[in-house]
Amino acid sequence: MTSTLQREAPVPFLAPGVLFLIVFMAIPVGLLAFYTFFTRGRFGGIVFDFTLDNWAKLFEPLYLGVIMQSIGMALVVTVLALLLGYPMAYGIAGLSPKWRTVALVAIVLPFWTNFLIRTYAWILLLNNAGWVNQWLQGLGLVDEPISMLYTPQAIIVGLLYMYLPLMVLPLYASLQQLDPSLREAATNLGATPWRAFRTVTLPLSIPGALTGCIFVFVPAMSNFVIPELIGGGKTIMVGNLVRDQFFEARDWPFGATLALVLTILLVIVILVQNAVSRRLTEGPRRG
Amino acid sequence: MSPAPLLRVEGVRAVYGDTVALHGVSLDIADNEFFALLGPSGCGKTTLLRSIAGFETPASGRIEVDGEDLLRMPPHKRPVNMMFQSYALFPHLSVERNIAYGLEADGVAKAEVRRRVGEVMDIVGLGPLAKRRPAQLSGGQRQRVALARAIVKRPRLLLLDEPLSALDRQVRSSMQLELKRLQHEVGLTFVVVTHDQEEAMSMADRIAVLREGRLEQLATPQELYANPASRFVASFIGTANLLDGVATADGVEVRGVGSVAATHALAPGLPATAVVRPEDVQLSTDAATAGLRGTVVDTYFLGGASTISVEVPGILAPILASVHGASRIARGDEVGVGFGRAAVVAAEPAAASVTDPAEPLAEPAAQGASA
Repeated sequence: MTSTLQREAPVPFLAPGVLFLIVFMAIPVGLLAFYTFFTRGRFGGIVFDFTLDNWAKLFEPLYLGVIMQSIGMALVVTVLALLLGYPMAYGIAGLSPKWRTVALVAIVLPFWTNFLIRTYAWILLLNNAGWVNQWLQGLGLVDEPISMLYTPQAIIVGLLYMYLPLMVLPLYASLQQLDPSLREAATNLGATPWRAFRTVTLPLSIPGALTGCIFVFVPAMSNFVIPELIGGGKTIMVGNLVRDQFFEARDWPFGATLALVLTILLVIVILVQNAVSRRLTEGPRRG
Repeated sequence: MSPAPLLRVEGVRAVYGDTVALHGVSLDIADNEFFALLGPSGCGKTTLLRSIAGFETPASGRIEVDGEDLLRMPPHKRPVNMMFQSYALFPHLSVERNIAYGLEADGVAKAEVRRRVGEVMDIVGLGPLAKRRPAQLSGGQRQRVALARAIVKRPRLLLLDEPLSALDRQVRSSMQLELKRLQHEVGLTFVVVTHDQEEAMSMADRIAVLREGRLEQLATPQELYANPASRFVASFIGTANLLDGVATADGVEVRGVGSVAATHALAPGLPATAVVRPEDVQLSTDAATAGLRGTVVDTYFLGGASTISVEVPGILAPILASVHGASRIARGDEVGVGFGRAAVVAAEPAAASVTDPAEPLAEPAAQGASA
């Protein structure tokens, strides 16, 4: 089906999209790749002396460590989002249509507020004199305020809060479009509710879960505002590193290298997700 | 019928919000029977089927299988399997894994699962497709998988929800025969829900006609056709000429037609409807015949039989007559109309008639030919 569509799609309709991709994707990424092989200028910019130093620098423990740490943090955020988001999405999919709309609006509502304001709200909540500490002390659970702000855990909470809706929405979409008679069929064939969930609902929601994981992992890994504001700049993630190279260290070529590596990593993740999803939904290729 | 019924439905009442889907339906189904629940959409047939399977809980009443209270069992423990209208095949599992699902859920040993799945796939002719996914199958093949999956556990009762509605006409008639054959072969009790009277008539041993949540009549197809219990059944099953009038001692006095002779149990004087099947209508081309006369408005040749539609002054809907083979009567001819055997049912105000011109004529005529 797709092949006939592709064959029949007339070139004039594709042109704007292709042009957009060339101007705003192919050229910038090409430029980024090009910059990685040259030397930094003294006040930023590029000096066209060919070098592989930028790529070598990437493998210095300091930078490799930041990349690995970013991957780790993004993974933790993604897994937590999945564990929190799945029951939420499952619950919403089971609501009556009216309450479903209410729940979905509630999930999307925070997006209407500015990203920075929402992040500052977490600072108010988490700082030593913040609400969470006040409550904990008020309830007599702790004597001394716990320092929560400016820790890696705080970054994880911030990222989780920011991107949880991006996990819930695709999961909800995949659970909601599941034919309810599939569950009934499983039950009718003798499966307990748990078995029906495990063998039918869960596997059929994997594509939605993978989409959600990508939606969370990709921005969580490259976010630099939350590590700075909630993490106090103590935990550096690859997003911060990229920004610092351009704005503070004035090392454009190395910044470009980091940005390109980040892009490549994320493209690989998306390709893997795509392949897995397709295999799950279409089954193994017939010979 | 038989000593102890396999399935006993007693006074089942089902309610959705403020609409009543079933008003206390009772019926018994015998072991090895091919039973049909027939009725137009919204008559409650699907609600009853889903109540038996456990997807709906009736407000009151009892459902028993082999004397055991089904309503107290959770759906996954009921000795009942169902073939869904949409088939509900698991898209992520191969044909054989779909079929094996019920056995695996019961914890049947692997070797035994493989043997029984293979056996059932042979019965329904799915052998070479074992490894395919449902998306890679045709509609007819999917239907077979759904059927195989439902019979592999040899349930006491097999429920089929509109089993043929998703198939095109050609495949459907061959599957009708196949379902019937399969029912004999595997020796299971089938309960089919359908809105298609032809389907029910051709497959079922007995048919329960439901209407607006009430059991209208429960009988063999032959009985339903020959002696409908109500005007609704008469119009829903096959084609009928419905002549409204007043019951007399020896028939029905119909306005504009005169007396239609029939034996019946209605008290004289009550509003009654004479039901005359098209094959019991005699047409004569002899201009000299006395009695009812009409003009032929249409003729339909259907191979084995023709249906002739005659407009009789004084009767609203045209009279349909069925004659063998091709008829020499043509449109515009003047004919004499006589009524043979008639059944009598109590009249119902404002009931739709099958001889309504909006109804296609092809199906009723085919029915007339087979009866």
